[in-house]
Amino acid sequence: MTTALAPLTRSHPAPSPLLEIGHAGAWVPVCAPGALVPGRGVAVLLPDGEQAAVFVDRHGDAHAVGNRDPFTGAYVISRGLLGSAGAERRPFVASPLLKQRFDLATGVCLDAPDDPALALPVHPVRLR
Amino acid sequence: MEGRDVSGRSPRPTVVVVGHGMVGQRFVEELAARGVTARARVVVLAEESRPAYDRVHLTSWFGGTSAEELSLVPDGFLEEHGVELRLEDPASAIDRAARTVTTRSGAVVGYTTLVLATGSAPFVPPLPGREADGCFVYRTLDDVEAIRDAAARARTGLVVGGGLLGLEAAGALRDLGLTTHVVEFSPRLMALQVDEGGGGALRRTVEKLGLVVHTGVGGQEITVDARGAVEGVVLSDGSRVETDLVVFSAGIRPRDELARAAGLAVGARGGVAVDEHCRTSDPDVLAIGECAAASDGVVYGLVAPGYAMAATAADLVAGRAGRPFHGADTSTKLKLLGVDVASFGDAHGRTEGALDVVYADSRAGVYKKLVVGADGTLLGGVLVGDAESYGLLRPLTGSVPPAPPEQLVLPAGLTPATALGPAALPDDAVVCSCHHVTKGAIVAAVADEGRASVAEVRACTGAGSGCGSCVRAVGQLVDAELAAGGIAVDNGLCGCFAQTRQELFEIVASLRLTSHRALLDAHGRPEARGGEGCEVCKPTVGSIIASLAPAIGADGHVLAGEQAALQDTNDHFLANLQKNGSYSIVPRIPGGEITPEKLIVIGEVARDFGLYTKITGGQRIDMFGARVDQLPAIWARLVEAGFESGHAYGKALRTVKSCVGSTWCRYGVQDSVRMAIDLELRYRGLRAPHKLKSAVSGCARECAEAMSKDFGIIATAGGWDLYVGGNGGASPRHAESLARDLSDAELVRLIDRFLMFYVRTADRLERTSVWLERIGGGLEHVRDVVVHDSLGICDELEAQMAAHVAAYRDEWARTLEDPEKLARFVSFVNAPGTPDPSVRFVPERDQHKPDLTVLAGPTLPVRTLEGSNPS
Ligand SMILES: Cc1cc2nc3c(=O)[nH]c(=O)nc-3n(C[C@H](O)[C@H](O)[C@H](O)COP(=O)(O)OP(=O)(O)OC[C@H]3O[C@@H](n4cnc5c(N)ncnc54)[C@H](O)[C@@H]3O)c2cc1C
Ligand code: SF4
Repeated sequence: MTTALAPLTRSHPAPSPLLEIGHAGAWVPVCAPGALVPGRGVAVLLPDGEQAAVFVDRHGDAHAVGNRDPFTGAYVISRGLLGSAGAERRPFVASPLLKQRFDLATGVCLDAPDDPALALPVHPVRLR
Repeated sequence: MEGRDVSGRSPRPTVVVVGHGMVGQRFVEELAARGVTARARVVVLAEESRPAYDRVHLTSWFGGTSAEELSLVPDGFLEEHGVELRLEDPASAIDRAARTVTTRSGAVVGYTTLVLATGSAPFVPPLPGREADGCFVYRTLDDVEAIRDAAARARTGLVVGGGLLGLEAAGALRDLGLTTHVVEFSPRLMALQVDEGGGGALRRTVEKLGLVVHTGVGGQEITVDARGAVEGVVLSDGSRVETDLVVFSAGIRPRDELARAAGLAVGARGGVAVDEHCRTSDPDVLAIGECAAASDGVVYGLVAPGYAMAATAADLVAGRAGRPFHGADTSTKLKLLGVDVASFGDAHGRTEGALDVVYADSRAGVYKKLVVGADGTLLGGVLVGDAESYGLLRPLTGSVPPAPPEQLVLPAGLTPATALGPAALPDDAVVCSCHHVTKGAIVAAVADEGRASVAEVRACTGAGSGCGSCVRAVGQLVDAELAAGGIAVDNGLCGCFAQTRQELFEIVASLRLTSHRALLDAHGRPEARGGEGCEVCKPTVGSIIASLAPAIGADGHVLAGEQAALQDTNDHFLANLQKNGSYSIVPRIPGGEITPEKLIVIGEVARDFGLYTKITGGQRIDMFGARVDQLPAIWARLVEAGFESGHAYGKALRTVKSCVGSTWCRYGVQDSVRMAIDLELRYRGLRAPHKLKSAVSGCARECAEAMSKDFGIIATAGGWDLYVGGNGGASPRHAESLARDLSDAELVRLIDRFLMFYVRTADRLERTSVWLERIGGGLEHVRDVVVHDSLGICDELEAQMAAHVAAYRDEWARTLEDPEKLARFVSFVNAPGTPDPSVRFVPERDQHKPDLTVLAGPTLPVRTLEGSNPS
């Protein structure tokens, strides 16, 4: 899931915003959006022990997917590089281990789009 | 011929070859290819002490190519074909009536067919004093060895003769550090090949290189000191040049003395007279190569006509109807002192009614002339300073070119794109004249046989494997043919950039761009601009910026600003990612030398953080199994003890291995450990297209395995030999000699240039071994650039390296000083203190290994990872 962070305008000073991702029907706080480096990701520990990977792109949009690399089982997706492909410039992350690409909006593995077992779970993102 | 003696009881026919030079060897190979060596005895009488070698590249010996590398005789070739080679036993007489040859040692060898391949001898003008100590000719390996020895004691050298070989010899003397004079009797340099304009352009360029040129004068006398050594040369205009050394290169004379003594006919200007099948006036005696005067009366002083004669003669001996040799094209393209010089066809415009079309730019030292017939036929030409178009123009000789000749001489940038492409060539145009490969054959190799690169086409047709002057034209043909076949040749780096890594490097360097984003938005493919880039271009551009950082004003730290977002995870955490998501740590141990105290620190750190330890192939210690959040604490201890990053995670210099060298080893001739440490400290942190490995051995026993490294150094009694392009791993390759007997300073300067040239021109993830095979002109070209400065960029390369060395700071020490960078070293952004529960270990041989069961998903097996380990 993707949400726009950059255009956010505030009319009066508010406590610094917090990025949250949805998991199992609840919102999990992540960090201040300013703490993220555009083009890179961070790992998030979810209350049930699962892990998510959160990225922010150069336009300030945030994306959240599962952190486990389905090809190796390692929890490393957050350490992959962000890219965009195609005329629509769809953002993707490349696994740092074996370099498969995953679409950040759908979680689908672009190297094996028909295999749901190789897709990443996608988490909704919001700013509060 | 051979048939006669085979009849009945007579012994096996015997072919005796006199002379084991370039053409003699080629002739024996041609015999073997035709099966003659299986049927007949082949005896080769050689005057020199070494089997045939590549005389054409003799000058490269000064640059470090060894005698072994110059050899033309493949290992085991003579044994396999039963060829008897008698070294240092030249023929001294021929008895045609008895059909025998007598050798210097007194052996008498009977022949069925005798083949003379005695080559030619340098002409030494009859000047008084020419026998003095310090006078040399330039023809054999013995000659160049003697010249090098003498040059070591000399300051000035003088070459008599300003032709092709004279200039080559002068270039060699200059590279040996001598003040060098060239004396040429004609009014211009290379009078045989180029016209007045071309000679003028050549002279200016040659003078810029520091050579002193005297034209229109000859040598008159060589003055000699009391000890009989050369002191100076008096020229025909009365002037005097002081010199310690004289090299005669005033033309060649065919070695026809044996033939004359045996009563064989010789040509008007010397040379054993032969017909179009290479038969002399005695049909059982053949002559080939530079000792023969061909059926057109010409003595050819080039190797390609000699090779053609070798094939013709071998056909005759094998009893085949061969291609007769009527004469040859004397077109040449060469690089003299880094200057391209080419001439082809009727270069001097001797054909009646011929017109010249000339382009000259004396500032750039470029001169181009085409000779065109009244009907527009291209008759020949001269190219000096820019011979790019030679590969296409030469095959067009004799036809009307597809574009007006004025356009054909314009420099590349000014030529309309359509003017002259490979498509312009007729199918039967000979593109590679060394191996007689036509355009049709090259096109067929691509279109019909599916060859898709110059290397593949070279392997199946031979095109481009001779003098190399056609490689560019072959490349254009291959690309054009692939494109015509619908195979798009997109050399772009990735989906975001249409440029190659090298092109991006030039853009970043010249525009001083310090951001991937700026580069993408201004120079990316239109559809990629404004996007994120991808996992290919980000690290590549990150590496280019890091290589150039001091020169373009970027922050030298790979985690500074936007650069942090470009790095692969290894560079991002300054450690090596392992299969379970943990990282390994390799502190630098320069040259593999380490104190007991530091060894203890590594042991303590590994014990305290529970790390698995292993000795790497690069003489250092790798500690495995650290979580991201442990890295700063581990490095704080290491930095405190004086360690710094080993860059095992980067496409950068890894290690410079060393043997113990002369300090401890009884064989060592130099201090290899000190040199390895110096080099490792100099190049540490240099980001490159791929990892770089090196080693220094203290003597020729090579215990450090330098020959398998990107740059390897082997000590000699006189200094260091430098080898480049070696590789271990999956496709092992021995490094090749770049230069020999270098002093410490020369060695470092040459490595500076070599590495920077590699960093600048290699493709992404291209090791030096692959780069050397791919780059046009191969090692020779690289040597031209980094040793002879043929592109004039060596100052720049050295300056870039100097800037890198001056700006180097340990990445880990800087990271530890910077809280913002340190904040990224957490397993979880929302739980900074919590370790990653998926990184767990199980015991293994007194240490531990990753516990993969925690990673195994419900359905998927865990795949293995390969090729990601540091050393
Ligand atoms: C420095 C240099 C650069 C050159 N550059 C080029 C170039 O760029 N392009 C090009 O096309 N050509 C070039 N040439 C010329 C090329 O090397 C010759 O054309 C080629 O070597 C001729 O081959 P060959 O076998 O006829 O003679 P050689 O290679 O000279 O071989 C003749 C051999 O016969 C031996 N011999 C002579 N008499 C006897 C005897 N009685 N018994 C036994 N052995 C005997 C000699 O010792 C010698 O080893 C260059 C030559 C030199 C020296
Ligand atoms: S290479 Fe030479 S100096 Fe070095 S260890 Fe081996 S034998 Fe000794």
